Amino acid sequence: MTLTPDPSWQKAFFDYGTSSFADLLRQSAPHLLPQAADLRREESAGGPSVPHGTTVLALRYRDGVIMAGDRQASEGYQVASRRIDKIFKSDDLSGVGIAGAAGPAMEMARLFQTELEHYEKVEGENLSLDGKANKLGQMIRMNLPMAMQGLVVVPIFAGFDERAGVGRLFKYDVTGGRYEETEYFAQGSGGKDARDSLKKRYRREMSKDEAVRVGIEALMDAADEDLGTGGPDLQRGIYPTVRIITRSGFAEVAEDEIRRYCEAILSERGRA
Amino acid sequence: MPLPYYVSPEQMMKDKAEYARKGISRGKAIVALEYRDGVLLLAENPSTLLHKISEIYDRIAFAGVGKYNEFENLRVAGVRHADVKGYSYSRGDVSAKSLANAYSQALGNIFTQDIKPFEVEVLVVEVGDHNSTKNEIYHILYDGTIEDEKNYAAMGGQSDEIRRYLKDNYQDGLDFAGAVKLGVRALMVTQNKTLTERDLEVAVLDRGKERRKFRRIPPEVLHQLITNGT
Repeated sequence: MTLTPDPSWQKAFFDYGTSSFADLLRQSAPHLLPQAADLRREESAGGPSVPHGTTVLALRYRDGVIMAGDRQASEGYQVASRRIDKIFKSDDLSGVGIAGAAGPAMEMARLFQTELEHYEKVEGENLSLDGKANKLGQMIRMNLPMAMQGLVVVPIFAGFDERAGVGRLFKYDVTGGRYEETEYFAQGSGGKDARDSLKKRYRREMSKDEAVRVGIEALMDAADEDLGTGGPDLQRGIYPTVRIITRSGFAEVAEDEIRRYCEAILSERGRA
Repeated sequence: MPLPYYVSPEQMMKDKAEYARKGISRGKAIVALEYRDGVLLLAENPSTLLHKISEIYDRIAFAGVGKYNEFENLRVAGVRHADVKGYSYSRGDVSAKSLANAYSQALGNIFTQDIKPFEVEVLVVEVGDHNSTKNEIYHILYDGTIEDEKNYAAMGGQSDEIRRYLKDNYQDGLDFAGAVKLGVRALMVTQNKTLTERDLEVAVLDRGKERRKFRRIPPEVLHQLITNGT
């Protein structure tokens, strides 16, 4: 008796894609996957002109992670939108902050969210935080052909790791490389300015109040220095997005509360 | 080469139906009940790991009786159908009706074309939203027959008796505790032992929940509900 290399019953073991939504799309509806059209012919070397999300950041604090982002999307030197949200809930215990080409980035956030939920429903349990972070890295790598044409997507991923009992955050490069940060990170055109601000103010084991304030201050510093990043707009009532991820889930900080933080910071700086 | 025996199509269908029905009636029953804040699903299932009731999408749940591997296959296919549809259009465009039709088509095809029919029955349940849209309960049989049910549904072993019991005892506007009690009593009609929380798998589609309405009821809560006032 000889064993044939791939008897049909073995497929059940080798079909790793059964609980991945992205793999399912690749097999059954590839036209729905984000993919690169060749845009180079029509456009200059800089790539097509599309809205870009600017500054997002994540920082660890005592009970978990805080994610924050400004609300502006820029297209070259123009404001493309004043009130987009860049922090997306990916499941109950994690979120993605998007920076880079807004369209593909939002599409990626949506695909990622569906991916996690799909896995949870099919397998009956959640992916580990490392599993989620790796999956997002694969999606960014999938986007590489588009990135080569100027549509770069580099998100921040943060979440609460149930197994380790701590909040964790990850940054990515354009090839899908995944790097864990232990304290804070900021990404986007104002990312460097926000990181500089965080470097001075960040402390380990901050309370929620302190951490939210430090995050908002970093975004305001980025808005000060970077053309693409929008600061709090008191006149229109537009404030940064702040999300908190802890053991008990993904929560929004109410706009009223953020307004109070912004006003406090502004009046303090005005006095100085 | 010998010719295959001739079997009349009528006889073949009859045999298949009988085979499927036998398999299903050996299994334990599941009931679904509409209550004030959503839809309750109750299954007699001693396993806490292998589920008979599960989530398909935001407002849609699935329940299957019969052979586990067969309805599990159908469940995963349903999750795929719903997720692809929700991703390519929007979350609000995923409906129980199109899913129930897909199940009906699949089971119908298997029944007529395969040698062995699936020994399963499934329920596809969608909870309505606050704007008084109705709940939907679809019951799909092993041969692809599809029925829509109101107020309550039962399937699996001895489901006729359970349905009769529910017909006599179901009232509109049940609250959650009342619905659980009625459901447990209905499952006990056909047997002479008392069911405890360890024999039951219970979940609801809770209209009050955000986005994903599906929620499993943990055994401790179930214990409280069953023992109170019986």
